[in-house]
Amino acid sequence: MKLQRITALAKKELKRTIREPSVLFMIFLFPIIFVFAFGASFGGVGGQTVTYNVGVVNMDHSNSVNASQILVTTLVDTKIIDLHFYTSNETAQTDLSQGTVQAVMVIPSDFSEGLSAYQASPNNPSQWTNTTVQLYLDEGSLVATQAIPPIIQQAVASMAGQNQHVQSPFQIQTASLVAAKATPALDFIAPGMFTFASIFLIMMVAQSFTQDRENGMMKRIRISPTTPTEFMASQVVSYTGIALIQAALVFAMTYALGFRPPVGASTYGFAFMIVLVFSLSNIGFGLITATISKSASAATGLSFLFVLPQLFLGTFVGASLSSGAQVAGKFVPSYYVTNALTSLFLRGAAVTSPTVLVDLAVVSVSCVAILAIGIALYARYYKI
Amino acid sequence: MTKMSESAIEIRNLTKKFEDKAALNSLNLKVGKGELFGLLGPNGAGKTTTINILCGIMKPTGGTAKICGYDVQTETQKVKELIGVCPQETAIYPYLSGVENLQLFGNLHCMSKKMLRERIRLLLSTLGLEDDAKRVAAKYSGGMKRRLSLALALIHNPQVVFLDEPTVAMDPQSRHAVWGFIKNQKTNGKTVVLTTHYMEEAEEICDRVGIIDHGKLIAQGIPKELIAKSQVKNLEELFIKLTGRTIREEA
Repeated sequence: MKLQRITALAKKELKRTIREPSVLFMIFLFPIIFVFAFGASFGGVGGQTVTYNVGVVNMDHSNSVNASQILVTTLVDTKIIDLHFYTSNETAQTDLSQGTVQAVMVIPSDFSEGLSAYQASPNNPSQWTNTTVQLYLDEGSLVATQAIPPIIQQAVASMAGQNQHVQSPFQIQTASLVAAKATPALDFIAPGMFTFASIFLIMMVAQSFTQDRENGMMKRIRISPTTPTEFMASQVVSYTGIALIQAALVFAMTYALGFRPPVGASTYGFAFMIVLVFSLSNIGFGLITATISKSASAATGLSFLFVLPQLFLGTFVGASLSSGAQVAGKFVPSYYVTNALTSLFLRGAAVTSPTVLVDLAVVSVSCVAILAIGIALYARYYKI
Repeated sequence: MTKMSESAIEIRNLTKKFEDKAALNSLNLKVGKGELFGLLGPNGAGKTTTINILCGIMKPTGGTAKICGYDVQTETQKVKELIGVCPQETAIYPYLSGVENLQLFGNLHCMSKKMLRERIRLLLSTLGLEDDAKRVAAKYSGGMKRRLSLALALIHNPQVVFLDEPTVAMDPQSRHAVWGFIKNQKTNGKTVVLTTHYMEEAEEICDRVGIIDHGKLIAQGIPKELIAKSQVKNLEELFIKLTGRTIREEA
């Protein structure tokens, strides 16, 4: 295998990517524009956090402890909740139904009494006055139903000076026990964005191979002493290189939009590495597309057979899909890439954690297999 | 390095069938070293199939073919190092400049930097592409693209050159420049196999011609001798006489 040939062909492919406007757009500009548009739409510009509008109906008018005021102050301090005060539950419910607020919290009249009793005997539950905060949620808002209850749960738990896992007299109806934190919406979609950019390599590989077939260049390469192994190695080198550049650009864009997860350089290194491995499957899918396509224009259309499932089932879009579609997502490599990146960036998992390593193993095995299938199919029907 | 062989090309009983249709039917042909040979024939006669087999990119159904003594099927890699092919279509990378196209193919032949630089300079000046060497090939005229395509076939200074209709779509000036270049190849001891539909071109520059039809060589010899023997005015008349007036379609 001659390095001179591999380098020459890889350079050629990189020049094509830079010099052909349509390729340049699809490979580099489109992901950047998409990330910017998506990130900006989800309130990510400048690192802003999303705020939720919550209505408050305060029935607690105690003059002693005034626990309801403490709760309100706690919620305001989160900077995630924008509170709107109502004197009656009916008015609040009307605004909830109109979408003016995404949730309504009703603080009961015995709320301060409950806090006083708790503070008097924190270790004796038989002396507590149990009290329940009612929470009404806008069922039409997926984000609100998932994000607001944990935030309020955490605020109420802090009233007792303890975390929410410890027994306390304060109950919230509908709340779950997931720890809430002030996370910008962009953070939820950023891991998928890394995965997303590389998927369009499928189209580029398919177009490149079919174009070279159409204009006789593939034949010309075959007539030269270049071996099939050298040729395929050059393609893998150039396209994985392009995938790395894409990942760097997407990272730069998400960083500019405010995505700054508290992780170290090794985690970023791992993220780039898994995207690089993932790009192998996209080269493979591109070769499969080139095999079944008679022309470059057909390749563009047919590439969506592989682009769309990877995109919808395996990247950030997948979070809003049905449970069935999310199960289907487990059959596309992009799902595991996004999952690994989410574990690393959002869940704080270590690179060596079992979840991340399992994802890496699945991505590696499936991507190498897809690449091998792509090469075998292309070589069988078109020769290299 | 070539084997000790008198013939640059030696074809014996070469057969190629596509399903039930025979593109080549026991073709036999020898082309000597340093010879400029014209392979003539109507559309679909088997010219391109012959060249594809000789280049090692198509397997024959039967028979053997050797380039400078190397079997095209079993010693393909060596054959590919010895040959240069200018295909029928204008095959260049449009997004690369003329120089970059030549550098790429020089590197595929593992040429040294110095040799590649010298060869590029020679080819660009001979084929009149010097002034546009750094422009992307997409901006070249049709004739310039054809000349660049020809240069790509010759970048590694091959021993045997196959030129599949090299002067198609060229103006008379470009055509004469290419003819001069082809003759120069012969002068430098290279073997050239040329396919063309321009009979005056074959008559003008070829040492010998072979007329192929339905996958068989139906005539071969020195153009003037063939013309005299058949009592026709020129090669075109001989061609029509041997292959008929029926319009052929590409295979």
